[in-house]
Amino acid sequence: MAFSTLNADQLRGDLERLAREQGISQWDLGASCSTDTSVQVDRGEAKQMKGAQRSAITVRVWNSDGLVGITSTSDLSESGLARALGGARDASAYGNAADTPAFSPLATAPLHPREQRLHDPQTILQLLDTLKDAERQLLSRHGAINTVPYNGLAQRSSERLYLNSAGANRHEALTTASLYLYARAEEAGRKPRSGGAVRLAHGAGELDIAGCIDEAAERTISHLDYAPITTGHYTCVFSPEAFLDLIGAFSSLFNARAVLDGVSLSNRESIGQKLAVPFLNIHDNGLHPGNIGASSFDGEGTPTARLSLVEGGVLRHFLHSEATARAFGVSPTGHAGMGAKVSVGPDYFEVGPAGDGAGGCGQLGLDLNRSSEPIVLIDSLSALHAGVKASQGAFSLPFDGWLIQGGERRSVEAATVAGDIRTVLNNLVGFEGQPRVTPDGVCPHVWVQGLSITGEA
Amino acid sequence: MTSTIPSSLLECSTRLESLLAAGRGAGADLVEVFLERTDHLGLLAEQDTLTSVSPAFGIGAGIRVFLGSRDGFVSTNDLSDATLFRALDQALGMLGLQRNGAASPRFEGLQPLRDFAGDKGDWLQRCPLLQEASSRLLEGTDLLQRHGRHLQVRRGSYARDWQEVLVAASDGTHAHDIRLHQSLGLNVLAADGDHRASLGRRYGTTDQPDELRLWDADAAARDVCDSAGTMLYADYVEAGQMPAVLANRFGGVIFHEACGHLLETTQVERGTTPFAEQVGQPIAHQAVTAIDEGLSSGAFGSLSMDDEGMEPQRTVLIENGVLQGFLSDRAGELRTGHPRTGSGRRQNHGFAAASRMRNTYIAAGPHSPEQLIASVDRGLYCKSMGGGSVGPTGQFNFAVEEGYLIENGALTRPVKGATLIGEAKEVMPRISMCANDLELAAGFCGSVSGSIFVTVGQPHIKVDSITVGGR
Repeated sequence: MAFSTLNADQLRGDLERLAREQGISQWDLGASCSTDTSVQVDRGEAKQMKGAQRSAITVRVWNSDGLVGITSTSDLSESGLARALGGARDASAYGNAADTPAFSPLATAPLHPREQRLHDPQTILQLLDTLKDAERQLLSRHGAINTVPYNGLAQRSSERLYLNSAGANRHEALTTASLYLYARAEEAGRKPRSGGAVRLAHGAGELDIAGCIDEAAERTISHLDYAPITTGHYTCVFSPEAFLDLIGAFSSLFNARAVLDGVSLSNRESIGQKLAVPFLNIHDNGLHPGNIGASSFDGEGTPTARLSLVEGGVLRHFLHSEATARAFGVSPTGHAGMGAKVSVGPDYFEVGPAGDGAGGCGQLGLDLNRSSEPIVLIDSLSALHAGVKASQGAFSLPFDGWLIQGGERRSVEAATVAGDIRTVLNNLVGFEGQPRVTPDGVCPHVWVQGLSITGEA
Repeated sequence: MTSTIPSSLLECSTRLESLLAAGRGAGADLVEVFLERTDHLGLLAEQDTLTSVSPAFGIGAGIRVFLGSRDGFVSTNDLSDATLFRALDQALGMLGLQRNGAASPRFEGLQPLRDFAGDKGDWLQRCPLLQEASSRLLEGTDLLQRHGRHLQVRRGSYARDWQEVLVAASDGTHAHDIRLHQSLGLNVLAADGDHRASLGRRYGTTDQPDELRLWDADAAARDVCDSAGTMLYADYVEAGQMPAVLANRFGGVIFHEACGHLLETTQVERGTTPFAEQVGQPIAHQAVTAIDEGLSSGAFGSLSMDDEGMEPQRTVLIENGVLQGFLSDRAGELRTGHPRTGSGRRQNHGFAAASRMRNTYIAAGPHSPEQLIASVDRGLYCKSMGGGSVGPTGQFNFAVEEGYLIENGALTRPVKGATLIGEAKEVMPRISMCANDLELAAGFCGSVSGSIFVTVGQPHIKVDSITVGGR
C-alpha cells in the first residue's frame, strides 16, 4: 500500500515561496520516501510482519556570507519545510568558511541511462507464503538443520529527488526486494553451526529463491564437520563477498574526503603511485546491473558513473564530492552524500585482473583443490565495525571458512584473520574462477599469501 | 504530504482511543500505538574548526497488533487520522483481520495517564545552545592539541537526542515520557613515520541537561592523549590462547556480547541461546553476578519507562554463577513465558520493541585489580575495548583498543591489534576473579529493534583462558 509519494513540483513551489519569505536566495534539497513490507517466519509460522512508510528531507541553505547550514526532518508539510529552512539558516551562522560546499557543476548534466523496471509489490500474505515455503525447503535439506533463526523477505518501493535554487531537478523511483536465510544446524555432542545466503532483486517475483536455499543449505552443512585450526601464517583464498567486504572497509584509501581530513592511508600525492600488485584492477561502478538499489545521481545531483580507482596496481582516481573535487581541481565523480560537511562513499566495486596484461596477470586459473599446501578459504568476515582500523591499515577479524588440505576441506572452528591492507594488496597471488556478481560488487576468488590466522588448536 | 508536528503528543491521546477500539473490534487480542517526537543536534569539530552542524526533527508512529502469538507492525511518519487508520488496517490485514466499523465492547478505554515527563518539559531549553555547545567542543579539541604529541587528526563530536514518547495500548496502557540523551566523543589519530594509532573515548548521560557544561574536558583529553601516546609505538600482539584481565568500565562489553544478548527473550524465541532451559543452573563461574537495570541515575541506558510503557526494573541475570532469568518484553512474555522486565526497547517508531539490555554489568567482587594482574604469569591486559558482536551460535568477538602484556604478574609493554573471540558457554565459567572497582561506560547497541543507548560495565575481571587473535 502506498502512503505517499514525492511531488517534486509542489515541493519546489513551496520551497521557493518559503525561501523568499525568509530571505533565502540559495538552497538545495534532498528528499526521499519509501514504502516497505517485510515478513519473518519461525518454523512454519509467521513470526513478524512489518510495514513502513518513511519520508525525509534535508535542506541546505547558503547565507549572505556564503556559509552553509543544514536541517533534516521527516515532516514534509509546509510548516515542516518552513521550520527546516529556518533551522538551516540558523545553522549556517556556524558554517565552516574553510570548506564550504557549492552546487555541483554536474547537477544538471544528463544522467546515464539505466534499465531498471519498476515492479508492483506483492501482498504481504504472498510474501509470507513464499518465505514459509523457503524455510520449509531449507529445513528439509539436512537432519541437522533445526531452525532458520534469521530470515526475512522484504520489498520496497522508493523515490528520491534532488532540487536546487539554480534549477536542478533530479527524480527517480525504484523498487527492490531482498531475501535472507540464515540456518542453524546442530549434531549430537557437537557445537551448533550456522550459514546463510542473501539475494537481491528489483522485485519479489525476480528473487532467486531456489539459489538462496541451495547456498544457505550448502554453507550450513559444510560447517558441520569442523575442527580448530593451528595458529600460524597461511595462504588464504577470499571469497568474492569476503574480499569485497575487506576492500569496502578500507575504502578510505580511495576517498578524497578522508584524504583531505588526514584519516586515509593515501594522500594528495598518492595518485599515480603503486598501491597493489600490477595485475589488480579496482573500479567503482554504481551503474553495474548487479547493483540492485542503484541511484543514477548522488546526494548533490551529480550523475553516477563508472570510475577507475586502481589500474595495474596503480592508484588512478579518488572518489569525490563537489567540494573535494574543487579542492583537487577535478570534476565531481557522483559519490557524495548531502550535508554541511559532505560525506563521500563508494557505490559498487568491480575487482579483477588487469585487462591489458601489463605487469603480468598473476596466477589465473588457480585451483585450491589442487594445492599441495594447506589453504584457508575465507568465506565471510565478521565484526568489520570493530576489527578494522582503517586509518592504520590494520585488521583482525573473525571469519567463517574452511581449511583445505590434500583436496579435503574442513570447516574452521572459531578463528581470526589479521593483517595490513597494504600488505594484502601487495601479497595477492592471483585470482580463481570468474568474477561473481554479489550485492556489494563483482569479484573473483582472491588468493593472498602469508596472512596470520589465529585458532584454538 | 505528512501532517504537522503537534506541540505535544498528549494532544493525540483521545484520537488513539478510537484507533485502539477499532483494532480490538476487528478481533485483535491487543493493539499498541507508539508515538514519538524527536529533536536532534549533532556537532563535529575537527582540529580547531566546527565542521558540521546537523539539526534534525521528526515525528512518527508505530502500530502493533497481536493475535495469538503472532503480530503485525506498521510504522509511518504521518500522524493524520487517515494515515493512522490505514496503518492499522495494514497491520490487521497481516493477521487476517479486518475492521468492521463497530465500536468494540472489548476495549474499556485508556487508563489515567502515567506521565513520566513530569518536570522534564523544559529540558530541551536547558541544554546548551549552539554557541555554547560548539565552544565546549572546540575547547575539547584544543585540549587534545595541548596534551597530545604527533596528533595528525583531532576530533570532537557531540550529539543531543531529545525524544517525547506516548504509548497507548488496548489493555489500558497509557504512558508519556520525555527523554534526553547526550553523548560526547574525543578521537585522535597519532602518526609518527610508519607508526599510527587511532583512539577515542565516548561519554554519555541520560536526562542531564547540564551534561555538556559539567563535562571535564581536560581529564578526557588527557586520557585520550595518554593512550594514543602509548599505543603509537606498540607492537602487534602475538596471537594465541592466554589468560586476560579486562579493565573496568567499557571492558563490560565482553559480558554484553558474550552473554547479555543471549539472555534476551528474542534469542529464546529464535532458539539461538544455549541458556534457554538453564534457569536455576550454573552457567558461569561462581565469582560472577550480573545485573541489568534501567535505574542508575544519569546512566546512558536508564529509563523512566520502557518503549511499551512499563517502568524498568533491576533484573538479576546471574547470581553467583547461577542463571536467574531473562530480559523480556511484551512479545517475549507472550512467546516464552518469561515475565516482562521493562526491557522493551526500540531505536524509534520504525521498529517494534524487543527485549534489549539497559545498564548491564558484572557486580563488584572482593579483589583489588592488582591482585588479578599479579595472578597471571603471561597474558593480556585489556585496558580499553573497541566494539564487538555476537553471532547466531553464541560466538562473540570484540576488539582490544589498548592492550598490554602481562609478564610474571606485572604489566609490561603495550600491544595492539588484538581481537578476543570465543563462545559464551565456554568463557563464562572462565571468569574466575572480579575486582572491587565496578564502573559503567556509555555505548550504543545495534540489534533487532535498532540502535539504542546502553551502558556496559564491570569491575576488573580475569578470564582464565581466551583466544586472542593477532599477528
